[in-house]
Amino acid sequence: MTYKTRIDGRGFDETRPIEAKVGVIKRADGSAMFKIGNTWAYAAVYGPRNLHPKFLQDPQKGILRCNYNMMPFSSSGERVRPGGSRRSKEISLVTEKALLPVLDLEEYPNSVVDVFIELPQTEAGSRCAGICAASMALADAGLNMKDLVCAVSVGRVADKLLVDLDYSEESYADGPVADIPVAIMPNSGKITLLQMDGEVKKEELMKLLEMGKKVLMNIYEIQKKALKEKYHEVEV
Amino acid sequence: MSEIMVKDKDISVPGETLAVGMDILPGMGTYRDGEKIIANRLGLAMIEGRTIKLIPLSGRYIPKTGDTVICKVIDVGFNGWRLDTNSAYSAMLSMKDATSEFIARGANLTQYYDLGDYIVCKIVNVTSQKLIDVTMKGPGLRKLKGGRVIEVDSNKVPRIIGKQGSMVIMIKDATNCNISVGQNGLIWIDGEPMNELLAIQTIRKIEKESHLSGLTDKIKEFLDKNGKHK
Repeated sequence: MTYKTRIDGRGFDETRPIEAKVGVIKRADGSAMFKIGNTWAYAAVYGPRNLHPKFLQDPQKGILRCNYNMMPFSSSGERVRPGGSRRSKEISLVTEKALLPVLDLEEYPNSVVDVFIELPQTEAGSRCAGICAASMALADAGLNMKDLVCAVSVGRVADKLLVDLDYSEESYADGPVADIPVAIMPNSGKITLLQMDGEVKKEELMKLLEMGKKVLMNIYEIQKKALKEKYHEVEV
Repeated sequence: MSEIMVKDKDISVPGETLAVGMDILPGMGTYRDGEKIIANRLGLAMIEGRTIKLIPLSGRYIPKTGDTVICKVIDVGFNGWRLDTNSAYSAMLSMKDATSEFIARGANLTQYYDLGDYIVCKIVNVTSQKLIDVTMKGPGLRKLKGGRVIEVDSNKVPRIIGKQGSMVIMIKDATNCNISVGQNGLIWIDGEPMNELLAIQTIRKIEKESHLSGLTDKIKEFLDKNGKHK
């Protein structure tokens, strides 16, 4: 069987429906929600605040601490054991690395900015949704940032190149699959996250990145709109 | 040649291009990248002649020299007190800045300010490493006795104070409460319990509607309707 059309009927360069909102968690200094299809991410930012233990402090600049967490019954498969895992630790780390290039924490030496990303339900693409939500939440927290960060996954299912894989595509069994999460800074076009699971040819990867960039510009517009909407009344 | 891409009082998000051209200058919250002036944070764009700056709309309090703040005593040492400033950094109040009274060597400092006390003080110095020095010498700087302390968004403090303190004076008159507003977003209120509650309600209302025009009239109306529990 060849993979002709996508299972949910989308075009190959179409994402699942996206919804974004800023300021969803009142007690946080900045917060945002980012939903892409059935993958929901909530991000809360606290800080800059006092950092303990003291040996973690950096007198040159503030540090960023990300925490990615999937809730126990968030995925369609088995219950995820609560608390950290090898996987969540890795994703927390790459999220941190994806967000750091836009952040300027030099004004806050010896302090920390905490980002908590919670996923109440997931269906593939959770780290990308988490990064999108976190970048909006950081902007909402009023931190100095050069740019926002947008992320989406691109990939290959059988012989087709496509964007924003859902779970059925990620686990497609009748052909080779590649899943490549990408994050960029939309104004400079620089890549801050690029991972790959599976195999693609070099030419295919270049083509996928082009496809991804186009989609990411749409996501950027959605993020921008969500941020402006929260403060919309200020314009009156 | 140059072109301004935003309108006055537009909301800008980080990374947004605000203007193109070398004869426009980047102000607070913006940076220059080649010909472009780009937003460095989320804020309200203000065009002032040839400069563009961003007014912050959110974020934690950042200590600044000259600010009058309300702080809580969190530690008492040999030479002074350590204070929580409602920001990422704590402040130091040294013995010589604390009082004009003579303090004998080895005296128990808790008789002046004890753990948990709230004080109104003024920031005299902030270093690059954000070490903060405060003083108690100045008009209106004192220890706060009784009352209650509430926390608001420090970016909204100017609206709560109002022009030449008009807003806070209005609340004081209507509620018969003593009110002190710190630039760090802590507000101390002291009065009859019902009046304290009304003052808190009013401040929360200002915080929520701080962006609307005609705020003073609205608050006046609100106070007239609910006020005067004497």
